[in-house]
This record gives sequence, structure tokens and C-alpha cells, in this order.
Amino acid sequence: MAAINPSGSAMVADPSAGRDVALAVSPANHVRRGLTAIVLLLALHMAWLIVANEAFQWHVVFNWLFDPSVMQGLMVTLGLTVVAMVLGTVIGLVLAICRLSGSRIASGFAGLYIWFFRGTPMLVQLIFWYNLATLFPEIAITIPFGPRLIGWDTNALITPLTAAIVGLALNEAAYMAEIIRAGLISVDPGQNEAAQAFGMTRQRALRRIIIPQAMRSIIPPTGNQLISMIKGTSLVSVIAMNDLLYSVQAIYNRTFEIIPLLMVAVVWYLFVTSILNVGQSYIEAYYARGDRRGEVRPATVPDPEPA
Amino acid sequence: MTASEKTSPDPVLVRARDVHKAYGDHEVLKGIDMDVRVGETVVILGPSGSGKSTFLRCINHLEAMQKGSILVGEEQVGYVWRNGTLYRATPSQIARQRRGIGMVFQQFNLYPHMTVLQNIVEAPVGVYGEKRSEAEAYAHMLLKRVGLSEKANAYPRQLSGGQQQRVAIARALAIRPRLMLFDEPTSALDPELVGEVLATMRDLAQSGLTMIVVTHEISFAREAADRVIFMDGGRIVEEGPPGRVLVNPSHPRTRAFLNRVI
Ligand SMILES: Nc1ncnc2c1ncn2[C@@H]1O[C@H](COP(=O)(O)OP(=O)(O)O)[C@@H](O)[C@H]1O
Ligand SMILES: [Mg+2]
Repeated sequence: MAAINPSGSAMVADPSAGRDVALAVSPANHVRRGLTAIVLLLALHMAWLIVANEAFQWHVVFNWLFDPSVMQGLMVTLGLTVVAMVLGTVIGLVLAICRLSGSRIASGFAGLYIWFFRGTPMLVQLIFWYNLATLFPEIAITIPFGPRLIGWDTNALITPLTAAIVGLALNEAAYMAEIIRAGLISVDPGQNEAAQAFGMTRQRALRRIIIPQAMRSIIPPTGNQLISMIKGTSLVSVIAMNDLLYSVQAIYNRTFEIIPLLMVAVVWYLFVTSILNVGQSYIEAYYARGDRRGEVRPATVPDPEPA
Repeated sequence: MTASEKTSPDPVLVRARDVHKAYGDHEVLKGIDMDVRVGETVVILGPSGSGKSTFLRCINHLEAMQKGSILVGEEQVGYVWRNGTLYRATPSQIARQRRGIGMVFQQFNLYPHMTVLQNIVEAPVGVYGEKRSEAEAYAHMLLKRVGLSEKANAYPRQLSGGQQQRVAIARALAIRPRLMLFDEPTSALDPELVGEVLATMRDLAQSGLTMIVVTHEISFAREAADRVIFMDGGRIVEEGPPGRVLVNPSHPRTRAFLNRVI
């Protein structure tokens, strides 16, 4: 056992007591350095192959990058993503709460919903909503098996836009429901108990106590969902919704500059995704507050109390 | 309490009668009768699994019992008596009925995403509609009382177990309860941290708060309890002043239990 150096100096005068670890340096790792160099070189070469490749026609890409119709498509994609994601999350939250409720009917309904929407292809769902009029020519509010109160012509109601929103949101809700449910059950049941004992209703306990803690595990997969939603919105081009992909397709159908115009879309998808990644890390940091591992103010760490 | 008050018995705050509770076929409470008077500190002892926590949780209706009644003041938490019919209370009625009952848990159950101060004012402000400034002033007073004035802005995970439990006590006091329930408040603590929590609880008992305390700390029972109740197998086996039950128990089960824990 080495004795502790009472002077606390960086130099340990007596080598028999071991050497001060403050002086330690990492040994050179030549294998690791070599590998890093090789990977960097390969990556640079790849980048060069893409940038210098005439076939990508970067000047064409740049010409179309800020084209009004592309910008319009980008806005449609972003708008669709936001609306569908918000609706999907709200419906997903309701479904998750239904699944976890004691009610067999509510949890059975939510289970059925999730089973159906996760089990069928998104593309089929979109086409189905777009062609809803052939199945139900009129959408009406009626008393079940009773008189009809008010109705709309389905064809007038289901535009590409509404079909896209309904299709994306309802599908998203099924996935969000499972993500939110997993988050809610990850919270210590003692939290719900404390909230109840302090006179909170179930609703208030969810909003103030359970959901903020569930967010820790809800955010990362939700970030995933959001990113696949942005790209998933490109499916709506099949129902003639003029999103980002649809707008570049419209252009290359005229100009035949397929690759550069797809690159325009790729650049924008990557740009938006990158911004989302940054946003996600801020949100994660926010919900990590109170977690000692995520400590940002070491000054508030308490001194050990005398017993 | 002054001597003159002692002459007439204090009114009963908690009156439990024939409380039965089973999980499936497993009978956990087999007819509990208990009166707790205003200002009294009652310590419930008993081997683990004897139903102590379950009984405590029946008092504020965290668990629903299947037979019998528990009256806290004039309320029967979880139920409403109206026009000759006993109705199950709605969730918001139950929330209101719990107003006067503070609870302290074995695992503290502080809200980890809120600071100490936010933990304490959450129920007074959010549930009972107190003014935030007043609730915060009262919270600071309570923190001083449990000896944690400087920790108002710390998060629970930055505190030791003993400090967390004292915050949990302050949080329970913040709703100005007339009854406090403690479920093994020191069982999750390192031995050297038990003392600070018990000291806080002794102060509360002396201040005249009505307390029901489930614990294995015989020293606390000896020093702070007005009455000790020994539970075993879902029944009350023996009860009386600590001086008698702890020193000279009449039931062999009590004797066996005390021999094990002391
Ligand atoms: N939610 C539950 N479901 C099933 N059994 C339970 C539940 N809670 C407690 N029990 C059982 O009830 C008995 C009494 O438990 P408890 O009241 O926690 O005892 P104590 O607090 O005296 O240790 C134990 O046998 C326990 O296994
Ligand atoms: Mg217990």
C-alpha cells in the first residue's frame, strides 16, 4: 500500500511510494492512429469522387436548389411533417393512455388500432384515404342507427392534402402510442402513488409528474420517428401532393436532369434532418435536468452532511 | 399539551372498524379496529408482510379495502355518504378528501425533475390553489424546520437519502395535514442517516401533529410513541403504551418479534 503524500505536491519524492498519477500520459497507439488515417483518407476520397463527378452536375443542383417550386415543395414537406407529427403524437398519447387504463374496452380498442395501422403498409393506407369517396360517398354525423344530423360530400372533403394529413397522422399515431406507452411505464410507480397521495387527479399526475419523467425515454425514439416522417412524407407524391420529392420530380420530368434534381432533394432532406438532430439534443438536455449524471452546475452538489 | 387538556380525552381523528383487504385469495387485513386521537403518535410494529403498509394505504385510499370502514375526521376517504346511500367517490372527490392527509414513503418518491422547492409547493399551489408566493414562503419555513434551508434549489438526486426523506417530510407538511402517515421512512437509509430523519419526526410528534408511523425503529417507538400497536398476520395482536408493550409484552408473537429486532 503506498502512503499518501502529505505535502500533496505533484512530485512524489520517494519512488517507493509509487509515482503520482497526475504525471501519467497515454501511450501512443499506432494501430489506432493508422486506422484513423486510413478512414479519413477513404472518406476524403469518397467526398472527392462525389464532388468532382461530372455526372452529379453540381452546377445544375445549385441552379435548382432555391427554385421557387422546390422551396414550395420543401414548405409542403415541412408543413405536412409538423401537422401529421403533432396530430399523431396527440392521438398516440390518447391511445397510450387508453392502453394503460384499467378499462378493457379502451385498451382493447387501442390495441386493435395499433395492430391495424402498424400492420398495413403506409402506401396502402394513403391510397385508401385518397379513395375514401368510393367506399363512403358521404361522411355524416349521425346518431348510431338513428337519424342523420349533418353530412359532407367525401369527394369535396378528401383532397390530396387532407388525405395526406389523415393518412400520415393516423399511421404515426400507432407508432407514437407504443413509444409513449413504453415511456409511461418506465416511470417508477412510486411517482404515481405520491402524486395521488397529494391529491392530484390522474390527469394532473400525468401532466405534471409522469409525462415529464417519461420524456427522458420518449424523446430519442420520437426523434427517429420525426426523421422517418420527413422522408415518409415523400410517399404522398403518389396521391399528387406537391411535396419536396414531387416538385423535383415535376422538374426532371421536363428537363431529364434526374440525378442532380434528386440531389437537390437529398440536400434539403439532410439539411432539415441535421437541424432536427441539434434540436433533439437540446430537448434531451432539458429533460435530463435533475439527473446527477447530467449535472451542469457542480456548485450545487451538496457537501456530505455530518450524521 | 398541557395538563388541563389531558383531563378530557382528545377527540378521535382516525376510526378504523373491521377493515378487511385481500389480494385475490390472499387475505392481508383480517379485521383491523383502531382509534387514533388528535395529537397522538401511534407506532405500528410487526413483521414484514403483516399488512402494515396495506393498512396505511387504506387510510388515504391508495388501496381500496373490501369490508369495514375508516373515518378520518368526518370523511370516509374514497366514499361519499349521500341520502342514505354510500357512493364510491369520484377521482376528484377523492383528491379533495386526501387534502388533510400527508404521506411519507419508504422510497421518498420525490419528483426527480423538480427542485426541492418545486417538490414542496407542487401540491399546495397546483392542487389546492394556494398563492405561489405564500406557498414558497411556507416551504422555506418548512425547509428550515427540517434543517435544509440551503437546499431549496437542489434536485433530489443531489441530496443524500436522509436529506431526501427530510424534504419528503417537508413536502407532506406543506399541505398542512392534520394526519401524517409514515411508511417505514428510514428503512431505505444508510444506518448513519437514520438519526437525522428520526429526530425530525420526534420534533413533529412533540409539536402535537397526529401521526401513524410504521417503522422497525424500536428506539423511536420508545421515545416518541403515545401508543404502540403490534400487527401480525393481518390482525392487531397487541397494543398499549410503549412502556408496557415494548418492555413487557403479553403476546408471545410480540415477544418473539421484539427479541429479533432489538
Ligand atoms: N399489490 C399487491 N398485490 C398482491 N399482494 C400484495 C400487494 N401488496 C401487498 N401484497 C401482499 O400483502 C401482504 C402484506 O403486505 P404489506 O402490507 O406490504 O406488509 P408490510 O408492510 O407489513 O410488510 C404481503 O404478503 C404482500 O405480499
Ligand atoms: Mg411495508
